[in-house]
Amino acid sequence: MGAALEIRNLHVNVEDKPILRGVDLIIRQGEVHALMGPNGSGKSTLANVLMGSPTYEVTAGQVIFDGQDLLEMEADERSRAGLFLAFQYPISIPGVTLANFLRLAINAHIKAEKPDSKGISVGDFRKLMKEKMDGLHMEHSFAGRYLNEGFSGGEKKRAEILQMAVLEPKIAILDETDSGLDIDALRVVSEGVVKLRGPNLGALVITHYQRILNYIKPDYVHVMYQGQIVESGGPDLALQLEEAGYDWIREKVEG
Amino acid sequence: MVAVRQRRTAAPEAPLYTRADVEALSAVHDEPRWLRESRLTAWDLYLRLPMPGKNDEAWRRTDYRHIRWDEAGRQIENASPSIDVVPGAYLEPLIGDRQGGVLVFVDGKPVFYEVHPSLAEQGVVFTDLHTAVRDYESLVRPRLMTQAVLPGEGKFAALHAALWTHGVFLYVPENVVVELPLHVVMYNTTPGATLGHALIAVGENAQATVLVDYRSAEFEDQSVFVGATELLVGNGGDLRYVSLQDWNRETYEFSHQRARIGSDGNLDWILGNMGGEFIKQFIEVELDGQGAHGRVSGMFFADHEQMFDQDTQQDHNAPLTTSDLLFKGAAKDDARTVWQGMIKSLPKMQKIDGFQACRNLLLSDDARMDAIPGLEIEADDVRCTHAATFGTLEEQPVFYLMSRGVPRPEAELAVINGFFEELLDRIPFERVQARLRESLETKIVGR
Repeated sequence: MGAALEIRNLHVNVEDKPILRGVDLIIRQGEVHALMGPNGSGKSTLANVLMGSPTYEVTAGQVIFDGQDLLEMEADERSRAGLFLAFQYPISIPGVTLANFLRLAINAHIKAEKPDSKGISVGDFRKLMKEKMDGLHMEHSFAGRYLNEGFSGGEKKRAEILQMAVLEPKIAILDETDSGLDIDALRVVSEGVVKLRGPNLGALVITHYQRILNYIKPDYVHVMYQGQIVESGGPDLALQLEEAGYDWIREKVEG
Repeated sequence: MVAVRQRRTAAPEAPLYTRADVEALSAVHDEPRWLRESRLTAWDLYLRLPMPGKNDEAWRRTDYRHIRWDEAGRQIENASPSIDVVPGAYLEPLIGDRQGGVLVFVDGKPVFYEVHPSLAEQGVVFTDLHTAVRDYESLVRPRLMTQAVLPGEGKFAALHAALWTHGVFLYVPENVVVELPLHVVMYNTTPGATLGHALIAVGENAQATVLVDYRSAEFEDQSVFVGATELLVGNGGDLRYVSLQDWNRETYEFSHQRARIGSDGNLDWILGNMGGEFIKQFIEVELDGQGAHGRVSGMFFADHEQMFDQDTQQDHNAPLTTSDLLFKGAAKDDARTVWQGMIKSLPKMQKIDGFQACRNLLLSDDARMDAIPGLEIEADDVRCTHAATFGTLEEQPVFYLMSRGVPRPEAELAVINGFFEELLDRIPFERVQARLRESLETKIVGR
């Protein structure tokens, strides 16, 4: 049986304000879940808290990842356990090239498995980078550029998916990977994700819009509203939201 | 009754040298009269000049009163210095594989000297300064502390001129290109004073690459290094000069370093400051001829109780001169750094382009960094830019790396290294970069 990410009754505060108010969700390897909902409903908070961002305070609940208590783990441990977050707004790191960043990441994963390992060889690393960058139609010169510095929106998102392709997570969270992308960039990035889809990848695709789901077809769709998942269903739910918007959700919850 | 006002700060004490020390030093080396006289003239100057202190702008933020001159200032006693005590890693070439020349000093005495035969064929002189004084007087005499660093510019410059203990001399005749780099090591194993000199003269349209590495073994007593570096680049000449300082934590350095660049001459000057307890350096570039270009890249990282104080100056003394100075540094623990920069241009020196920046990374609440840029421009058709920035280690990029599996210490190391990358990128020598990266890592990880 594959790994699962189990979120149980998760409550999270940001600066003393409750943002998540009891989230329950289970994502298994091999499943693609879409998480939709209006602005401010708590989707990005969920993504960041799962990755271990220090700015959030968990006030109640539990998250079990692959049998381990995720909330007890540092961000680096979560990553090495097989969790990945494609950031909505990837920041730049001056002086650290994309290649160096990825080599550090790969070696951290390798060394966690085999403490005596010297890490990936230069040759193997080059080969891997080439292959994965070609898959995302990225020019090889990107490897030598400082991470995200001067990258366009589409290039940043591609670099995120590249990191995902290289690290091969068990569960990946894509936080509004479609935002700020034109239709061509959206297609390339989505195809990059689709290539990784399979029995070994579970995904939580966070989005406002249906359009990314035309490429990455979800098995399940959830709607978040005011810090809770208020509706769950199959792919049809996304289409319904696309047509009717979120008003009926509001009415349903508040009425 | 006369009220006596108590002075709030005592002036720093002067080292305990005497005129007899100057005479004895000159006698030991059997120096020619001109040099003995020049040392004694400098000694008289030294006596007249005040010890710099809090009232001098260049020393205002700098306290060195904890130096114990009776300990740090005494002459190094090492009757039989040997290259065998120098760790092998310090002798490895840092630029290229084959060296044009290697000169190693231990405790102020030359212990190893090797020069590629091709250099002599080209008329190049590369040797220790005492030998050069004896064998190449006509080349040394007009240049030694007469053009770049002058004995009169400060107490420590005068002290150096009176009592310099050893040095390297390089002379490259006009139109000669020295392809192979020259490597100099000044290594100390015994506490006490050394006053090392570097006199580098690159003639018209000549080229050379020089690296000087300052280091010392670990010991407990205080040491002092009073240095002078003189870089003379002739018209159309090209000098790449690297100076790496990694003294032990009991060493106090006071040094004057100045380059003069002729018309269309080019200087690429790289400085790394990592060691020492207290470092005070004046680093100056004089752009004397039209079209002269000077680039200075300085990297420093102070930790524990270290105090680094670096003054830089870019003097645009001719039209169409360009300079580009970048210093990048970090301070952690209780360390303290000061950088004070100045770009000057004389009137009517049009079409000059000067740049100076010092970027600081503060890695602890108890460390303190000052950076004071300055401009004195008397011409109007000029472009001069200056900047001083300060930052701390940000959590966001560290978290980004951690979210990809990188443990916190390595993530912080990567982000701090990233800060220095802009400077390291300016260094065209891979092993010099590697050396500085190694020092960085040791400092960041802590020791």
